[in-house]
Amino acid sequence: MIEREEFRSIAHNGIWKQNTSLIQILGLCPLLAVTTNMVNGVMLSLATIIVMALANVAVASLRNFIPHEIRIPVFILIVAALVTVVDLLFNANLHELYLVLGIFIPLIVTNCIVLARVEAFAAKNPPLQSTLDGIFMGVGMLWTLAVLGGLRELIGAGTLFSGIDLVFPSLQPLQLLPADYPGLLLAILPPGAFILLGCMIAWKNWIEARATTRQEKVAVKALATGN
Amino acid sequence: MMDFSTPPYLLKNASVQRVMLQVVAALVPGIAAYVWIFGPVILVQLALATATALAAEAAMLKLRNKPLSLFLSDGSAIVTAWLIALTFPPLSPWWLIITGTLFAIVVAKHLYGGLGQNPFNPAMVAFAVCIVSFPALMSQWPAVGMQVSLADQIAVVFGQMPRLDAISGATPLDTLKTALKLDEGTVSVAALLADQTVYGFFAGRGWEWVTGGYLLGGLFLWWRGIVSWHAPLSFVAGLSLLATGLWLYNPAQFANPLFHLFSGGAMLGAWFIVTDPVSGCTTPKGKLIFGFSAGVLAYLIRVFGGYPDGVAFAVLLMNLCVPLIDLYTQPAIFGMKDKS
Repeated sequence: MIEREEFRSIAHNGIWKQNTSLIQILGLCPLLAVTTNMVNGVMLSLATIIVMALANVAVASLRNFIPHEIRIPVFILIVAALVTVVDLLFNANLHELYLVLGIFIPLIVTNCIVLARVEAFAAKNPPLQSTLDGIFMGVGMLWTLAVLGGLRELIGAGTLFSGIDLVFPSLQPLQLLPADYPGLLLAILPPGAFILLGCMIAWKNWIEARATTRQEKVAVKALATGN
Repeated sequence: MMDFSTPPYLLKNASVQRVMLQVVAALVPGIAAYVWIFGPVILVQLALATATALAAEAAMLKLRNKPLSLFLSDGSAIVTAWLIALTFPPLSPWWLIITGTLFAIVVAKHLYGGLGQNPFNPAMVAFAVCIVSFPALMSQWPAVGMQVSLADQIAVVFGQMPRLDAISGATPLDTLKTALKLDEGTVSVAALLADQTVYGFFAGRGWEWVTGGYLLGGLFLWWRGIVSWHAPLSFVAGLSLLATGLWLYNPAQFANPLFHLFSGGAMLGAWFIVTDPVSGCTTPKGKLIFGFSAGVLAYLIRVFGGYPDGVAFAVLLMNLCVPLIDLYTQPAIFGMKDKS
């Protein structure tokens, strides 16, 4: 079983401390291309989560049988097999969305986040921890892409959840800003993704910096009062 | 009896404020021609841009804990605002110029570290952002001699009146490009330029005097020693070299270099944009390379590209190359042997 402390550390690493998009800055290609709206970003992240969780558990279970010298090709084979499964699942069940996401689902194979977690974590840790790591790294990517996609479509077109009818046919996208909002097209174009991702990274660094100065103040106070 | 003090003399430092005020003064002839030909609505845009720039500058300075009065009074925000207003269509809606100015001051200037740190020319960033995001609005320029009262023009700017096609169209540069593209090889430039409703003596009707005003202001800056001749002249050289070559090659399909120099943003770019001491090159040789390449790129983008004018994109692309150019064009220090 897994200890509470270890679980918390894996979750914290994945969602915040080593966030794939904000700290490791990995997987920029799908990030730029897919986050033109929130739904696309979330759905691609979900596909990546499935692949990462399964790839991590597979590699972690097989890690003692994989010869060290050829581990990378073996990892890629495992990831590619899983991506093919997810690709076919999307094609069969969410065909409209599959057409929108297009090449970016097969491209999860080459997504460095997947290989990085397999190599850095699953190859050295037991299956349960590895599964959790895959899931939480994916959740970290999911919320970042959701926020980025939401911001981009809100600024670029004034809507939110556009394309949700491709996933849940009964739901409709929200028009948050007035219908005559002209839309800052730049936000939807690739430069907009870079600019907004830069703002999100700055926001995260600002929070971290504030937390650090607060801790220092507490430490100084503790020293001053002699505790 | 003449009274001399003995050397060494103290040279009064050129403060940022003094430089910026003279740049603002140098823009006045161009603006005067603008007002005379296209009506005073441009003054409304100038005021909007200035107010937005000063407010954004004050807010960003406050956020960055910088002294307000010192940096606000240096005039750099006003220069940026005026350049933005002069590159935007005068009848563009009020929010367009505010969006552009905000982007220039907040993102292009202060997020990169404020005055002296910005790698890109803020005014050109504003233009690029808006023309990429709102291509239709950014291409509606007033026709010369439009019979619309100032009150109505202001109403158009503030969205109280519908935008009329009759009072706005493409720039002469854009009109020429579109006409040439539509009738591939069947019309000649000379025949098109004969249309006196759009074209004047040597460039766009009316516009030739506005850009002439910019040239006058630029020469004033040169005379005052605010800008050196390197960047503007090499920009003009780069632009006219290509323009002359292609014009000699096929005068029916390519406009003459004079037309190109006095159309679009060429003159404003040559004297007020590529001479930017922050985002441009600092070494004399670097300024030559920077200006020349920007001129060549501006011509290529405006003639073969999809956008109405290429000066903004050319300058931004060259801004990217500035650190590299500056690195390789450092002059030898006095007394040292030249490395080469």
